[in-house]
Amino acid sequence: MKKDFYTLENVIRLPHKYAAGPTFTRFYSGLKEGTILGTSCPSCKKTFVPARSFCPGCLVNLDEWVAVSQEGEVVSWAYTEREFFGMPGKPPAILALIKLDGTDCNFLHLIGGIEMGDRDSVSSAIKRGTRVRAAWNDEKRGHMLDIKYFEPVS
Amino acid sequence: MRKGAICLISSILSLSHSVEEERVMENKNDYLILEDEVAITYENAYGPTWTRFFEGLKDEIIYGTRCAKCDRVLVPARSFCSRCFVETDDWVEVSQEGAIISWVLTEYEYFGMPTKPPFIGALIKLDGTDTNFLHLVGGIDLSDPDTVRKTVKNGMKVKAVWQEEKKGHIMDIKYFEPI
Amino acid sequence: MGRPVAIIGSGQTHHGRRFDVTYPELIKEAVDAVFENTGISPDDIEGVVSGTMPSMMEGVALTHFYFAEVLRSVGKPIMKTETCGSTGISLAFTGYYWVASGMADLVLVVGSEKMNEGDSQATMTTVLEPFYQRSFIAGAPGVFSMQSQEWSVKFGIPEEKVRAAATRLSVDHHNDAFDNPYAHIKKKLTEDEVNNARIITYPVRLWDVCPNSDGACAMIFASEEMAKKLGLTPAWVRGVGYSGEEYWFGDSEKAIWQCAIDAAKQAYGMAGITNPRKDLDVAEVYNPFTFQELLYYECFGFCDFGQACDLTLKGVFSRDGELPCDPSGGTLCTNPIGATGLNRVAEAALQVTGQAGDHQIPGAKLSLAHAMGGVDQYNGVMILGSEK
Repeated sequence: MKKDFYTLENVIRLPHKYAAGPTFTRFYSGLKEGTILGTSCPSCKKTFVPARSFCPGCLVNLDEWVAVSQEGEVVSWAYTEREFFGMPGKPPAILALIKLDGTDCNFLHLIGGIEMGDRDSVSSAIKRGTRVRAAWNDEKRGHMLDIKYFEPVS
Repeated sequence: MRKGAICLISSILSLSHSVEEERVMENKNDYLILEDEVAITYENAYGPTWTRFFEGLKDEIIYGTRCAKCDRVLVPARSFCSRCFVETDDWVEVSQEGAIISWVLTEYEYFGMPTKPPFIGALIKLDGTDTNFLHLVGGIDLSDPDTVRKTVKNGMKVKAVWQEEKKGHIMDIKYFEPI
Repeated sequence: MGRPVAIIGSGQTHHGRRFDVTYPELIKEAVDAVFENTGISPDDIEGVVSGTMPSMMEGVALTHFYFAEVLRSVGKPIMKTETCGSTGISLAFTGYYWVASGMADLVLVVGSEKMNEGDSQATMTTVLEPFYQRSFIAGAPGVFSMQSQEWSVKFGIPEEKVRAAATRLSVDHHNDAFDNPYAHIKKKLTEDEVNNARIITYPVRLWDVCPNSDGACAMIFASEEMAKKLGLTPAWVRGVGYSGEEYWFGDSEKAIWQCAIDAAKQAYGMAGITNPRKDLDVAEVYNPFTFQELLYYECFGFCDFGQACDLTLKGVFSRDGELPCDPSGGTLCTNPIGATGLNRVAEAALQVTGQAGDHQIPGAKLSLAHAMGGVDQYNGVMILGSEK
């Protein structure tokens, strides 16, 4: 479509202060210590990670905290070479859903520690069911990316 | 492609009460607060009507359009009359003088405020038009609010003052000053 | 017209700077409260409506997705409504339409906001388009200052009288808020303090404006059959009205504010109200600014144009007056924008069901709730009654 008319380029910047609340605050402190914390439901016995303040199925408040396993299975993954606005880090990157052992929901994070430049080599290295383990940054800030990524367990 | 002017202010002034409150739910513990800033870029289309209006400003003309049905002159120029729903393609150069309908002196500042205070925002009824034009009243000393209140009055006649250099932007009109 | 619909319960959070909980956790407080107050099982809810101001207020878009668990809406139909300041009343209308249509017997509506997680003026500035109006509208106080000035000049009301009436409202509401367990700002103010407070945009001063409050309100709408079955005291929806104006701020006059007049007229027509001041027992008017509250009294027909100041100073609209307005303290004391209109409805419902506790207006049978949205663009009015 021909653009004969003016356009206005502008940027909207809005600052925010998100309240993490008690549950996320404690989850993040766990990350600073190199632990991944979840909470378990006394009613249905499910364990959720990151830790939740209430069970989405039973609607009861959860206060049973557990350090979950840092190993699990890849449930699904997506490899991206495109950069998107607001991306944490630079492409290529692999976004993944990982079922950490002993938990009942899938954990969203990154897969790394493998050769990234080639789509085919990534496809052969990572499959549904591939076992992965958390790899941590030396310096931790209490942030989701204190876990660098999850890397395949050899 | 035209660039719009967006003024980003770095200081943030909150309007919330900082006085003591008899009973509030305060964060009396050390829960985390994540500070972040969302920055989203846009490219908004002017379309034919706004484009022609802003080209008019470049030539020191304020355009309105007249509705053939209700005879109202709408300013800024519109592509259709919002009451009759007919297309308005009768373009009129409207008077650059008018009367103040209402005004407000703004001195406080908030994040990303487009126009830097202090300034007087005003609704002005340009002679011969039927909608009130939103712009600034200026050319007067804004440093003392009491003086401003004595000087600026509803019904006062004002006249457009133009920038030397025009960009096809609403601020090509510097402000309207009292006659 | 649709079948009869009643509000059978509500829940509010404590309002303030709620950095002690995440946004969904805050909403959960209100939702848990309404189920606790009514004894209804969440499973019986057939539809959910969620509402907020522009969700970029908290930096998360389309928050009804974010709130799915806490709204108990997983597996249920959900609608989102966002009409800025009038979101709360739009929420109430949506719940009402859903049940009135016969397509549901029990609907949960929830309004919420976490004003303190963002910058409210900066967020509201995005309501204005970038070509023309955005450069001039300096946040809500600027808009209301211009409107109140247009009004007082039009009706020849001396500045001192407007100031005195606005001060009266400020002192009364902030004091009344002590009797509302959920209000945010409760304060005993003197006239001097209000008259000499810091100027925001003249004539609006610090104690003439609402706070930035975090909070949520949940409410359940029910059909007649369901209300009977549950054995809960109903607040019947007797009338609704909603009207708006052009987007361009300068297109319509704001002193004789037609959309406010029309919204009230529509609601009064449905409810059979002919003399509002006499027929109504209590009114929860949306009042983020004391000056604008005076204008609403006139637009809603509580008095003639130009008369609100005199009657306010005489105490006609005080808690012990002929038509108590905002005995809860109103939006002036508590303003989580996405919930505030719904708080007005909740308070109006509490009044006609005799559940308003320390701020109950004795014998209240017919109440009005109201909210406004946009840059003085839309007004909504709802009438509630103890009788069908």
